[in-house]
Amino acid sequence: MAVIDLANPTRFLAVVNRVLPWLMAATILAFAFGLARVMYAPDDYQQGATVKIMFLHVPAAWLGMMGWGVMTVAALGTLVWRHPLADVAGKAAAPIGAAFTFICLVTGSLWGRPMWGTYWVWDARLTSVLVLFLLYLGVLALYWTAEDPGRGSRAAAILALVGAVNIPIIKFSVEWWNTLHQPASIIRSGGSAIDPSILMPLLIMAGAFTLLFFTLHLAAMRNEILRRRVRSMRLMQASRA
Amino acid sequence: MILGPHVDFIVAAYAVTVFVVVALMAWVILDYLAQRRILGDLEERGVTRHSGRAGKVER
Amino acid sequence: MSAFTALLARDMRIAIRVGGGALMGALFFLIVVTMMPFAIGPDLALLARIGPAILWLGALLASLLALDRLFATDHDDGSLDLLMMGRMPLELAIAAKGIAHWLTTGLPLVLITPVLGLMLNVELGAMGWVSLTLLAGTPALTFIGLIGAALSVALRRGGLLLAVLVLPLTIPVLIFGVAAANAAIVGPAPFGPPFTILCALSLASFVLGPIAAAAALRHGLE
Repeated sequence: MAVIDLANPTRFLAVVNRVLPWLMAATILAFAFGLARVMYAPDDYQQGATVKIMFLHVPAAWLGMMGWGVMTVAALGTLVWRHPLADVAGKAAAPIGAAFTFICLVTGSLWGRPMWGTYWVWDARLTSVLVLFLLYLGVLALYWTAEDPGRGSRAAAILALVGAVNIPIIKFSVEWWNTLHQPASIIRSGGSAIDPSILMPLLIMAGAFTLLFFTLHLAAMRNEILRRRVRSMRLMQASRA
Repeated sequence: MILGPHVDFIVAAYAVTVFVVVALMAWVILDYLAQRRILGDLEERGVTRHSGRAGKVER
Repeated sequence: MSAFTALLARDMRIAIRVGGGALMGALFFLIVVTMMPFAIGPDLALLARIGPAILWLGALLASLLALDRLFATDHDDGSLDLLMMGRMPLELAIAAKGIAHWLTTGLPLVLITPVLGLMLNVELGAMGWVSLTLLAGTPALTFIGLIGAALSVALRRGGLLLAVLVLPLTIPVLIFGVAAANAAIVGPAPFGPPFTILCALSLASFVLGPIAAAAALRHGLE
């Protein structure tokens, strides 16, 4: 089966139906493995056991950003190739990305309370994640107000692209505005600053969350395709009646 | 596994994450069941997607 | 007269005549700034300190809320269809509408800023700097807002949706605008870097805003 066959929604549904159980099983396994490693991960010498929150917080932050990446790619598919499957992919990614961004915000806040003594500080990273969440809410509001799914998808695609251009600028300006947070420590030149005993579980959890994202995304795409079928059938019925 | 003095915050963080993920899963599953049910109803009533207009773009 | 200047002149005439929204933005700005002391108290020292921030926030809200009807009226009377079919590139037409909008709502905001600054106890000398940052920054607000206006007319929704979509995108403008104004008034950070970044944001949105807005109209109104 060629990749091009996936472009047909019916074939896509068949593939999703076949792939989804395996993806679910892989997600569950990855989480079981990752959580076991998290349980035996050592405490941080400064942060104590609260470092366990990091295993949720950091993957959620990555996926919050990746969700917008998925929406951006889907937006190109919508605007350039006018592909209905790209519409569906973009629409399905928005609530999932927003949910992971929300997880990132809440866990960050719960991590901040014992570490910084307050639930919320207006530091650069928290604030830019908050702005990302607001952008997601804007996209969701747009889908919510659009009556016609095609029109809504095209509008959301433009907003996704505008956001993709703007997110780096927002991140830069928010960092310029306030640099209180610790500097990036996972990816930097000269190797990782995190001890392998903590980094390994973190990477496994990140992998597990990524699998979860794609499982949910594929399932939500399937729902959206079915929803559009229902809509077109109802329109057909109404036009015949 | 000893979670130290901040056990509430750690448990709360995991609880919130579990809650949001479960909510997402519930949304996906319930939505799927609902769409399948409506599709079944429509098909039972004899509504098809490809009646008449052959060239209609499928969405 | 080229099509560009004709459209510019037309939009400005519409904004200025009876029923147009030219001075509404400035009026809204005046009211928002007047409300502020009621909320935070009439302490002049505090007002002087946060005065630039209040002025910037008021200008941000005023210039965005005024954008609501920018394409909607043209869509209602059909002239938007003519613009889309015309020989002038849609991006250019939108840029003309944006410039006209800025001249009739953004510029009045900048002009009344010194008066409002006096009420907020911002020093007279510093007022010039705040006005300068608004002069450099409000075009960015208008041209980012164009995108939201185009999206909301394509969805036939207006008002709050526009603000929800556009306000997060204007955060960099707000940050560098207020930073430049504060740098000019209290220091100690230099005025140059935030001000030049503010100008860069305006210039970039002057290009990207019309392109994105044109795409939104083309994809939305077909």
